[in-house]
Amino acid sequence: MALFTQNAQSSASRQKQRPRQRVEESSERTLVSPLMLKRPAGRVIYWTVFALLLVSTLITFGPLYWMFSSALKPSIEIFQDPPTFWPLHPAWNNYATAWNVLQYPLYFGNTLILAAGAVVLQLLVSATAAFALSKLRPAGKGIIQFFFFSTLMVPPVVYLIPQFVNISDLPLIHVSLINNWAGVWLPEAASALNILILKSFFDTIPTELTDAARLDGANGWQIFSRIILPLSRPALAVVTIFTVVASWKDFLWPLLVLSNPDLQSLSVAIYHEAGINSNYPLPFNYLMAGLVLASIPPILLFLLFQRQIIRGINLTGLKG
Amino acid sequence: MRLSSSSPSSLSSQEQSRLPQDALAGRQALRKAHLFFQRNLGGYLFLLPALVIFALFVWYPVVLGFIMSFQIVDMINPAVWVGWANYRHVFSDPLFGIAWRNTLAFTGYALLFGYFVPIVLALLINEMRHGKGLFRLAFYLPVMLPPIVTAFLWLWLYNADSGLLNALLHLVHLPGALWLENQGTALPALVVVATWGAAGSTMLIYLAALQGVPASLYEAAEIDGSNLWQRIWHVTLPTIRPIMLLMLVLQIIATMQVFTEPFVITDGGPNNATMTVLLLIYNYTFKNADFGEASALGVLLFLVLAVFALIYMRMTRRAMEGD
Repeated sequence: MALFTQNAQSSASRQKQRPRQRVEESSERTLVSPLMLKRPAGRVIYWTVFALLLVSTLITFGPLYWMFSSALKPSIEIFQDPPTFWPLHPAWNNYATAWNVLQYPLYFGNTLILAAGAVVLQLLVSATAAFALSKLRPAGKGIIQFFFFSTLMVPPVVYLIPQFVNISDLPLIHVSLINNWAGVWLPEAASALNILILKSFFDTIPTELTDAARLDGANGWQIFSRIILPLSRPALAVVTIFTVVASWKDFLWPLLVLSNPDLQSLSVAIYHEAGINSNYPLPFNYLMAGLVLASIPPILLFLLFQRQIIRGINLTGLKG
Repeated sequence: MRLSSSSPSSLSSQEQSRLPQDALAGRQALRKAHLFFQRNLGGYLFLLPALVIFALFVWYPVVLGFIMSFQIVDMINPAVWVGWANYRHVFSDPLFGIAWRNTLAFTGYALLFGYFVPIVLALLINEMRHGKGLFRLAFYLPVMLPPIVTAFLWLWLYNADSGLLNALLHLVHLPGALWLENQGTALPALVVVATWGAAGSTMLIYLAALQGVPASLYEAAEIDGSNLWQRIWHVTLPTIRPIMLLMLVLQIIATMQVFTEPFVITDGGPNNATMTVLLLIYNYTFKNADFGEASALGVLLFLVLAVFALIYMRMTRRAMEGD
């Protein structure tokens, strides 16, 4: 067990400096040598770069701050010129208004359901396929792998419209999934990237282990659910988080599929409620408050799962 | 286990003397098929959900797209075969050239803004002995935001009267601008939005790649008397070059699919200055109810992206073989 988690975390732990591991400390040596940093000139340059980086974080923190502060401004103050840096009279009830106008509980709930369904379905579809390709290796594995992985070359937007036609009248069974959460879940369940990530992780689990289980009389399902899945928690966590984030960020497809306001996700609902091209657009202070409400969950998610997300990027980015 | 495998073979050797040759061959074929199933059935069962999903929700719509591009489809009447008419209409649409020019310009600007910035940021952050986590967080945070939030936020920042951007310009006594209402600035303004929302993830990938540069190489280069620039040029960049090429292709593929920013922020305007290919596909479908023309344009987009996707495949294969 220890072997596998270590194996899986090796890329992530490289990011963290563990004092007890001398070897990793030496790999902390980068472009600039430690000696250079000790010289006065080196220090000046180092701290200058540090300060420059700090200033450049304003490029991302600035707009975010502006979103939070605009959300607190009363309707008159938000259009004041020059604008106030911090609202003179913070209007906390903007959030209450946005909460009501956006029907936050309803759409937050819908977004959660969409994300949860995506996770369940994607894990089920990708993990079973990855297990079969990695450990069961049935005849014709090469062709099947090509069938999955060549879809990496086809971005979903190029078959956006036929997919819409497909969803509104499924072949053979003639069922429409328009205004049905399944219409969002099913197309995104076809994720070759997930299969690739999970398969390459399953490949690191020694075959001796599955062979031993088979000798003890375990069948395929037992090997999958009792050995492979418990050992693959780090990879499953990565896939789960990425699925949740992707589902939370998804906009165009849910916009097309979910025209019924009761089923829409937060992103789609915000787009409709903002009414940017209509005669009665939502006032900017309420809109900003709504945006803050919609960004808090993903920001919290990132703060909580930073390590897994970075590990996931290492897994997907380098393998890519 | 051993018993069961040895008994049928001993049985068949007994039978071999009695049975005619062709019946024996038939039995053997049957046993082979039985063994094949026994060995593979589990695997196929595990693959079944993915096979069904991929067939129904990737391959079928891909094929359907090619078919629909030769048909008139409006979702009400039955589809009618029209040959190349959709393609002719799409090509003769004055928006066709505009949309492609804008999409390519968007991709070009996006590379200009978004290709080197993450590399430089990653190089600098990787050298930091303090605050690495903070920088990573700061530059990655926008990636987590839903694109709709990013789009509306920047719509407000670009606001001509009381947006942050013009306010800052007024602060240093520079004239503001109608960023989104001006044909010349609207597209670059959208590129800034898209880059702001995506650069962080590219940066993290480079940071991960930089961790893979062996420290011994730097030490060896230093002993050979190389300076900082020489080490960047001869050690760092060659090591991360495969990733740099990969990201170049990936960024081209991703930015050519631009939709949310022009759709939400400018709705293709002003005067079609931000009309992109995907937005045109959307308009064909949901404004004109012309699914056939939309599919034809989708096929064209597919062909262009496929060129880059093939390059990408070749590169990843080479990278994997290199491992």
